[in-house]
Amino acid sequence: MTTLDPKPTDTPSDGGTVTPSRSTGTNATRVIGIAAAVAMAWLVLFALVISPADVNQGESVRLLYIHVPTIWVAYLSFVVTAVASGIYLFTKKHSLGWDRLAGASAEFGVAFVGLTLIVGSLWGRLTWGVFWQWDARLTTTALLFVAYIGYLAVRRLGGSHQQRAKRSAVVGLLSVLLIPLVHWSVVIWRSLHQTASIANTEGDIKMDGTMLFTLFVGVVAFSLLYVWLVMHRTRAMAMEDMLEDRGLDVALAERRAEGAGR
Amino acid sequence: MSAAAPSEPPAASAVASDGSGPVVELRDVVATLGNFPALSGTTMHVDQGEIVLLRGPNGAGKTTLLRLCAGLVPVVRGTATILGHDLTVDRERVRPHVGLLGHQNGLYADLTVGENVRFWGSTVGATTIEIESAMERMGVADRLESVPVSKLSAGQKRRTALAALVARRARLWLLDEPHAGLDQRARDELDEILTQASQSGATVLVASHELDRAESLATRTIDLIAGHAGSESDR
Amino acid sequence: MSTWRVGWLIARKDLRIEWRSRVITNQVLPFAFVTMVIFGIALDANTDVLELVAPGLVWLATMFSLLLLVQRAFSVEADDGALDAMRVAGVDARGIFLGKAIGLVVQLLVLEVLLLCAAMVLYGETIRLDGVVLLVTTMVSATCGLAAVGTLYGGLAAGSKGRETLLPLLTLPAVAPVLIGATRAVESALGTGVAELSEGWQWVSLLTVFAVVFGVGGALAFGPLIDE
Repeated sequence: MTTLDPKPTDTPSDGGTVTPSRSTGTNATRVIGIAAAVAMAWLVLFALVISPADVNQGESVRLLYIHVPTIWVAYLSFVVTAVASGIYLFTKKHSLGWDRLAGASAEFGVAFVGLTLIVGSLWGRLTWGVFWQWDARLTTTALLFVAYIGYLAVRRLGGSHQQRAKRSAVVGLLSVLLIPLVHWSVVIWRSLHQTASIANTEGDIKMDGTMLFTLFVGVVAFSLLYVWLVMHRTRAMAMEDMLEDRGLDVALAERRAEGAGR
Repeated sequence: MSAAAPSEPPAASAVASDGSGPVVELRDVVATLGNFPALSGTTMHVDQGEIVLLRGPNGAGKTTLLRLCAGLVPVVRGTATILGHDLTVDRERVRPHVGLLGHQNGLYADLTVGENVRFWGSTVGATTIEIESAMERMGVADRLESVPVSKLSAGQKRRTALAALVARRARLWLLDEPHAGLDQRARDELDEILTQASQSGATVLVASHELDRAESLATRTIDLIAGHAGSESDR
Repeated sequence: MSTWRVGWLIARKDLRIEWRSRVITNQVLPFAFVTMVIFGIALDANTDVLELVAPGLVWLATMFSLLLLVQRAFSVEADDGALDAMRVAGVDARGIFLGKAIGLVVQLLVLEVLLLCAAMVLYGETIRLDGVVLLVTTMVSATCGLAAVGTLYGGLAAGSKGRETLLPLLTLPAVAPVLIGATRAVESALGTGVAELSEGWQWVSLLTVFAVVFGVGGALAFGPLIDE
């Protein structure tokens, strides 16, 4: 199997010299990148200046404008990983483009979950007085963080591109099944052994219009950032794969020459 | 047909999955171990009933070639048709008819000879009679049958593995250094078994260092150099 | 050759090997036992606390042992190229998955019973008669889930570099729901702390769903995972 994909410019099988673009940027990514930057600036303005402090939480409520969008993007990226894995696995073509999308998405998913956990525990320290609560959502998120680090480890196992794609697609699909199972178990667990207090504090956030709008801006800004990052990363991965194939052409030529020299 | 540099004109290859078509048909096959192109564009052709000897120095790609034919190593470029099925598409339909005896025997050390052969036979639905006769042919039936594999000599292990192969009724035999570790008597027996197998319609591909012995057995020899088939000689 | 028949052949073969080699009795059981002892030491041999957390400790020890058993189950296949031989022979991958998983279920159940006995001796745990049905159901459903996850990721890691570290990284987050569910269900069955018997059954449904998801998913995914 050759690994032609998605553009027809790569991998000439006899070691030809087609030079693909060295940049991962296109007009689309530039537009999205600029939009993301503008949205981020807007978010900073709203989150730090325009929106008011919360009645109960004070200034620490501003952390939520990062916390909520990052966790949204993290879950979005895991779903994208699962969908892309599914398309890779269940279409006849087994296109590596989908595999790279799944991988790129999972990488940023892990990064955003990490960010969520850090910001969340800072917020928890300010609001609840503790960094960590064994709350259902927190516990689920922490377990997912580790599960997707495992997924990324599977991607690095080595072997051919198709092999990597197949393995990681299976793990990507199973990991997303884990989300409801882990969440379900943790929810019953915590509801049976109610430690009270936290759930209430959280419910107490009275969002006024500006705050809700700021959250909305945050979600838009981080979503745009995610799309921009994934587009670049997917292209970079395509180039890495291409480079490895190019390496194969060189190695092949060397090996054939070795045979002829005898 | 043969075996030269890559990019030969595509000959017609209408191949029946049984009957007398080519059993192995490789065209510019590239296969990799990690990033190393162990096969660098192999083209070769083996007909039914042949016993073909693969020669070549260490690292020439003999083992990879055999593993590729068994569907264990993926075809990276080129096409490989085994028993009339394209390996990249229909590997599942090829495998049950292929037997590979590589550097490893595929035996469970804690089980006895009989248990091993019976296990491998029954995974493909061989009957008790077939399994018993396979063990008898390889001389591991009576005294050795209840001995754990961990207590066997290298030659006895090899014979047990061959018995498992016979019990599986493979149509294409891929043998990697099958004579290694066998005593004189066992080698003669092995040669006889291979000849018998080819007479009864099986095709045999042998990679061997022991050229004298294997050459006397083989109907054809293919030299493998740096991952592709070089010269070839009929016998 | 049906999937079930292949599964039965492989499970029987695996159990026979384990029976002969005694790796379980000589290594895994002592390991699980010493884990229970060091839990006791870590919790300062406080009998009140130990009795309370005993169900969780039993399952934790089971999961650590699961990692050992899975590695053992696949090194048996990889040592002499038997897994390759099965692939060449075209043995049904779902059958292989099923067989390996059944073999693990049997070994794990034996281990769990012994660990429960150890918890009774070491941590002063008691079993109440009306909780026995819940206890057994929980053990069976939880064990099926554990074995399915273990077999799936064990097959994935088999033969790759760094499998010793990859297996726990993949397995432990995946079996977290089993740890939670099985621990709470056993607490209910034993009447540890304030747990009610009726609470246990909703956990059993979680454990069953988990076992089915990973059993079916694993059987379907196993072929592509071990191939190539």
